Amino acid sequence: MKRTKNIFGELQLDVLREIGNIGSGHATTALAQLTGKPIEMMAPTARILDFNEVANLAGGPEAVVVTVYLRVIGDLKGSMFFTLSDDLAKQLLETLLASSPVENKFSEMEISALNEIGNILIGSYLSALVDLTQLNAQPSVPSLAVDMAGAILSIGLIELSQTSDFAIAIDTSFLDGQKALEGHFFFMPDPHSIEKVFTSLGVPFDECS
Amino acid sequence: MNVVKVGMADLNVARSPDKIRTIGLGSCVGITLYDHVAKIGGMAHIMLPSASLVKEGLNPAKFADTAIPVLIDRLVRMGVDRRRLIAKIAGGAQMFPFAGASDIMRIGPRNVEACKQALKNAGIPLHAEDTGGNWGRTLEMDCMTGKLEVKSFNRGVKLI
Repeated sequence: MKRTKNIFGELQLDVLREIGNIGSGHATTALAQLTGKPIEMMAPTARILDFNEVANLAGGPEAVVVTVYLRVIGDLKGSMFFTLSDDLAKQLLETLLASSPVENKFSEMEISALNEIGNILIGSYLSALVDLTQLNAQPSVPSLAVDMAGAILSIGLIELSQTSDFAIAIDTSFLDGQKALEGHFFFMPDPHSIEKVFTSLGVPFDECS
Repeated sequence: MNVVKVGMADLNVARSPDKIRTIGLGSCVGITLYDHVAKIGGMAHIMLPSASLVKEGLNPAKFADTAIPVLIDRLVRMGVDRRRLIAKIAGGAQMFPFAGASDIMRIGPRNVEACKQALKNAGIPLHAEDTGGNWGRTLEMDCMTGKLEVKSFNRGVKLI
């Protein structure tokens, strides 16, 4: 089965965007509750991207980002990333721990706190998806990295790269109300899982070739 | 002087005085081949060890075992003597240390091993490497000298 970039029509992309909307909505609410601040969520996008375009979503392959990553396993498989700028990570730590990392060197406690934040947010994203689709899915243990976006996001592409040359990325950006502090949720479902999502939602799915 | 770019799952060649670069390598491996007489070099940015892992090998630049022969061919067509080629590799990190790591999580070290094997099969000596760890790398080879610059966030710049 050859997979090409025009595998989905507008209807399917709309459904994926809506999935992003529901998942990110829950996660953003959780983030606002954690920080006690209004968090603004942008309209999610669902796109089919070449591998080299994926890192551009997070500011370019060399942009340094703080990222919590986990694999989703079960009927619904994929990679989830919660990516935030240095500034936003520091602000979260100040709010939650009253501590401030020195020059991007996060302490054990800070790493653990960021991991937990990522875990809560990605968990609420995932549970919204599970409720919606009634599919079985569990998160792996979350893991944190502070590094170049290309190096980090490529991990989500390795699994996909065995069967295709593109990725489906559902991306939601969010902003802290006052400052332009950015973060993203990415969900990169494995190609076969997408078919299960559509089937569970009763969305017609005719694969183009 | 131009900088020739190599994307993910991509390969390219360049001649002196140009440079050749790939950015943001994580578990992927960057391979450079260089002929110091012709002052011509090539670079591949591979994602997976072997094309045999997949049902359909779409893009040879994606796999260690297929990218290296393709890169050699490209270089020979540009006028290098393949007996003079030397290789350097960098990347192959394990970005996320999961407990109970799956095969996918261990892909970095497997990519490094596969590159070494593919170079051995092609009879090309490996002159330097900067592999492993849990950090990303950006590579730039100067086709004038064959020196490979390895840049990491928080770890400075290394010449190999």
